[in-house]
Amino acid sequence: MSFSDSFFAVKFGITRRDLENYLGDALSRGGDYADLYFEYLATSSISIDESIVKSATQGVSLGVGVRVIAGERTGYAYSDDLSPEKIRHAAQVAAMIAAGPAKVEKTPLEEGQKRNLYPVLTAPNETGFKERVELAQRADRAARGYDSRIFQVQVTYADNLRQVLVATSDGVLNYDRQPLARMSVLALAKEADGVPQQGHAGGGGRYELEWFQKERPPEYFATEAARQAIVQLGAADAPAGEQIVVLGPGWPGVLLHEAVGHGLEADFNRKGVSAFSGRIGQQVASPLCTIIDDGTIGGRRGSLNVDDEGNQTQRNVLIENGVLRGYLQDNLSSRILGATPTGSGRRESYEHIPMPRMTNTFMLAGESDPEEIIRSVPRGLYCANFAGGQVDITSGNFVFSASESYLIENGKLTRPVKNATLIGNGPEAMKHVSMVGNDLKLDEGIGVCGKEGQSVPVGVGIPTVRIDRMTVGGTA
Amino acid sequence: MTFDALPEIAESVIRQAREAGATDAECTISNGEEFSATVRMGELETLKEAGSRGAGVRVLIGRRMGSSYTSDLTPEGIRYMVSSAIDLAAVTTEDPHASLPDADELGSLQTDLRLFSNDVAGLPTELKIDAAKRAEAAALAFDPRITNSEGGAFDSNIGGRVFANSRGFAGSYRWTYCSLSAVPVATSGESMERDFWYTMARNFAGLEDAESVGRKAAERAVRRLGAVKVDTQKVSVIFEPRVARSLLGNLFDAVEGRAIYRQASFLAGKLGEKVADERITLIDDGTIPGLFGSEPFDDEGVPSRRTPVIERGVFKNYLLNTYTARKLGMKTTGNAARGITGNAGIGHHNFFLEAGEKSPDEILRGVKNGFFVTELIGSGVNTVTGDYSRGAVGIWIKDGELAFPVSEVTIASTLQEMLNGIAEIGNDLDFRGSISAPTVMIGEMTVAGR
Repeated sequence: MSFSDSFFAVKFGITRRDLENYLGDALSRGGDYADLYFEYLATSSISIDESIVKSATQGVSLGVGVRVIAGERTGYAYSDDLSPEKIRHAAQVAAMIAAGPAKVEKTPLEEGQKRNLYPVLTAPNETGFKERVELAQRADRAARGYDSRIFQVQVTYADNLRQVLVATSDGVLNYDRQPLARMSVLALAKEADGVPQQGHAGGGGRYELEWFQKERPPEYFATEAARQAIVQLGAADAPAGEQIVVLGPGWPGVLLHEAVGHGLEADFNRKGVSAFSGRIGQQVASPLCTIIDDGTIGGRRGSLNVDDEGNQTQRNVLIENGVLRGYLQDNLSSRILGATPTGSGRRESYEHIPMPRMTNTFMLAGESDPEEIIRSVPRGLYCANFAGGQVDITSGNFVFSASESYLIENGKLTRPVKNATLIGNGPEAMKHVSMVGNDLKLDEGIGVCGKEGQSVPVGVGIPTVRIDRMTVGGTA
Repeated sequence: MTFDALPEIAESVIRQAREAGATDAECTISNGEEFSATVRMGELETLKEAGSRGAGVRVLIGRRMGSSYTSDLTPEGIRYMVSSAIDLAAVTTEDPHASLPDADELGSLQTDLRLFSNDVAGLPTELKIDAAKRAEAAALAFDPRITNSEGGAFDSNIGGRVFANSRGFAGSYRWTYCSLSAVPVATSGESMERDFWYTMARNFAGLEDAESVGRKAAERAVRRLGAVKVDTQKVSVIFEPRVARSLLGNLFDAVEGRAIYRQASFLAGKLGEKVADERITLIDDGTIPGLFGSEPFDDEGVPSRRTPVIERGVFKNYLLNTYTARKLGMKTTGNAARGITGNAGIGHHNFFLEAGEKSPDEILRGVKNGFFVTELIGSGVNTVTGDYSRGAVGIWIKDGELAFPVSEVTIASTLQEMLNGIAEIGNDLDFRGSISAPTVMIGEMTVAGR
């Protein structure tokens, strides 16, 4: 497919000449760089509560964002109307950031290399609603059927299809079709007169709807949510204070996202406000840790063919054998730092300025047998699942909330404990990693990362890992 | 497209939906213009300016509901939106409680809520950039240990909302706000800390002075330097207003109708019972002029009101929209809230804890050994069970004085015990946003550290 057959060319009649003109307007007052980001987003969602399909909704939003960079300054404007006069107006507003003669040298737009990490012929968003409603209903039935103590189930199925087009004054022209779907199940369980407890599970990715039939059927997420709720019914108070903590494989990789990932985003580092600033080449984690951010894994929620600045995503090594190797770069930071973009420029929508962001962040597998890791702990906490986390990138302190954890006593998981918050300091915590399992697992595809008010889908992953010292918040 | 053109579009959406077979319909349209300027280390960093709008429709065909939205307000875009919603009503299930508010529940406050100020639209860009620069400069000049900055920011927004339904409601209102903030970074040896301060108002004149915003932010960042972890122990915990607000956010999640009818709240079924210390009075009030949680009508066209949620420790009212009210056999409290997508959920208006009598200093002086919390991170609050466990930053209290900074610890309890274990409520209630709380002291919580 070439540009003239691409979505925005066909549906809105946008030509290369148009794009070049808009970029010319954007640089009409000088400026070093300009880009255009066209977005057409179709979404739909279905929610089931009390076994009733209470809500079904769909819609469309579209627009274009225009950015101008002059030195370290950024001008930004957008329009939700794709008429030439509105786009030119947005370009002129963004141009105000620069004050000088127009930039005259023009780089012809050249189409970037093509690849497809998510070869989805029919996106879930383009299928009939009935099929998707049935998937959600299956999840509801399965969660309720799991155990008679399950008394409330909510299922949400949501998908979207995003069409993007990026053109830059550096001559980059790229477009992409990005399907995404997700199912999530929330189950509440209760003993006769007891306190209700909840369990949550979900997943998805950039797949055909068939993925929810064959790879991860609704029953998979439903039974997982119900199982977690039932486990919580028997949970004891969590211990408080410093403990040995073992993280299970998969979603607990959110630790890496908070403890390491955010602190390595180049915007914070070029400003010197991250706990990791100026530490490239230094040992910031145990030699057992190699941490990767990879936007190229087929079908994954955090993967993209091109980032939101038109650069191909790639596999970036953040930490190699404990040594800090590199930051996640977007166009602005890489221009200022003289670095190469790493395909990490992302934004929530055309209304937002791109920033360096993570894609799929995970730790490579080590050599330990997961069973052996648990056996090695005389007393500690095993965290199988987490609800989410947050980090203060300046101090490096991060938290994450366990949603399913167990006491380890004499090398054995003994009983489940209530949800607790774990807290640590990024550059310190990773030095206490003493064992890394051979069982790397990526999460099920449900992560959303928030930064400066912008949300983007991401993935995480981790093998079973032993951390010798971490503060556990306890309960009550 | 001007704001004045939007009510007619909303009416036409209702008409088209009725013609297409909807027994009831409602349409919400919002528009907005945003401006933001950020500066860093004295230089302009970003300038953003744009406007957008969107429409959403919810239709009922009997007891089935469908909804859709669009950012395309052309006649074709609107037609497509309406037909999408009609199609979707066919895939949902009959829900005996699905309906719009009754005609006698609809209406709009007639008082002037002072949500809109003309001065925001006319503010010169230079003035806004200058305010951000002055806030940041004041922070940088405050102390030699302020060595860096994430910047100063000025934001202003002008927005409007139009709502109409097939039961005869049509209303609209406009609002403005502006805000100014600074985020300085302090360093000392190996320790690096940031903090922030902000001011927000309906008009430019209502903002705190830029220099004072910068100084407060800097003072907060500097006092965090050299923070240590303390031993795990049970002590009194004081929440300053900025963090006490987050507690109210947790309580809102436990008193809104969806959590109640699903029994997904530790307060479900406790209406009329004493659930908190008798000094606690928690109010939701959408009628206070000029405040950020005020609006003439909610997102179903029901007028705003004042609803006591907890009165002197007794749980008086849930916060409800029409759907959850019908589920519970009650009346809506005018708390329907929605964006342009989906169905109405539940939101709060000005949701606040009534002030007590002691000043924050008096409260502090009464604590021999305790923790003064200035920031909370993480999401470790479970409003189903009431379990509470969050990361905390603050200052340790020794003999009634702020003694030394503390970080990398967590605080834990349950919301039930915290509500009943409130030891003091300050007299410093300050409406900085739609959730407001004075200083709050909890008698005992677990602080986990070393």
